[in-house]
Amino acid sequence: MVTRGFSGRGNRPPEVRDRLPPGQFLESGFPVLSAGPTPRIRTEDWTFALKDGVRPVKSWNWVEFHALPQTKMTRDIHCVTTWSKFDTFWEGVLIDDMLADAGIEPPTAHTLAHSYDGYTTNVPTEDLVAGKAMIATRYAGEAISADHGGPARLLVPHLYFWKSAKWVNGLQFTQRDELGFWELRGYHRYGDPWREQRYTDD
Amino acid sequence: MRWRTATITGIVRRSPTVSSFFFSTPHHWPFVAGQHVAVRLTAPDGYRAQRSYSIASAPEETGHLELAIERLDDGEVSPFFHDVARVGDEIELSAPLGGYFIWQSADGGPILMIGGGAGIVPFMSMARHRANSGSKAPMVLLFSARTKADLIFGDELAALAGRAEGFHLIATLTRETAPPAGVLSGRIDASMIERALSLLCGLPARTFICGSNPFVENAATRSIDAGIAAGRISTERYGV
Repeated sequence: MVTRGFSGRGNRPPEVRDRLPPGQFLESGFPVLSAGPTPRIRTEDWTFALKDGVRPVKSWNWVEFHALPQTKMTRDIHCVTTWSKFDTFWEGVLIDDMLADAGIEPPTAHTLAHSYDGYTTNVPTEDLVAGKAMIATRYAGEAISADHGGPARLLVPHLYFWKSAKWVNGLQFTQRDELGFWELRGYHRYGDPWREQRYTDD
Repeated sequence: MRWRTATITGIVRRSPTVSSFFFSTPHHWPFVAGQHVAVRLTAPDGYRAQRSYSIASAPEETGHLELAIERLDDGEVSPFFHDVARVGDEIELSAPLGGYFIWQSADGGPILMIGGGAGIVPFMSMARHRANSGSKAPMVLLFSARTKADLIFGDELAALAGRAEGFHLIATLTRETAPPAGVLSGRIDASMIERALSLLCGLPARTFICGSNPFVENAATRSIDAGIAAGRISTERYGV
């Protein structure tokens, strides 16, 4: 249905248009959206755990985590609230390198990410490996600020950005696809921006 | 997502930058106070723009849906509403969304709501729902605005508070040198949270904070400093 009198922002060059998933617009800032207060976690207190179900597999403190291979990643990101941001620059540790350090292959096809504030989000394990995802500790050349998820956030840039959990402190491999915080509250279980999977039934 | 076509039946200016848009829909779509709807605009070339706006009306008001929209100068959808939209226009709306930043009378209280500017819109729905449902849950709205003119819904909120049925309003202005009688001055601070807690006679069961990110950060920090558990605080940040 065409909306009377609406033409949209003009002059969007093709190189912008082609990089924007359906229903998204290009944002130059970096909006902050979170469901609760910003937790303040000191890096001295920070730990990250890998779990297979309820069984702890491996954990790292901040120093140990920085001894792992560090990777740089520049990606476009897409928020379900319809803003996208191009060429965001992140540094951190690939999930592949964490698994290698733990000496395991992914034990199940489903993963639930956990955060310090109790937030959770589910991501298929195959979307976390093969260089697709990292635990990021730096954004745009600096430590990630607390309101953007620092000290560390999950980065799964090819899915809507709520999957890139802020204040992340663990990945748990699960037997079944366990829904996370927003996925239990009306948002899509997978969240592919290019298929516009915003809400449960999309 | 299912979309429905709604017709604008009224436009009411609430402040220099905020107007209420009233929509009628063929069938009433039930919602819970605090929820929002997505609005979708489509250009002749097929380009679409979608944004979410909080519902201001109460769930009991089944005849229309009220969205209060702030005009953002660099926005794409809000300037359309303020500058182009008129009564009779047809607009596509989503089903009501959001299962987290919500309150219904059965949830009880006490409830603390802290809103900055247009961030009070979901609290209008909650306050109206509380009044309509006859809830006795203690509820305080701490409302921070820039100037007197930005105290949207001010008269209605004052009237709700004036009933003395457990709903209280604390208003503060950040850019008004001489605030009206009964209105505070300055950003949300410890003393305002203290006053809210004394009106609630204790710590709230839920605290809702809505506004810009800096506003929410400040209000959340003050709330935690006052002894409210972080896990009982829900935030909604107006990003873009």
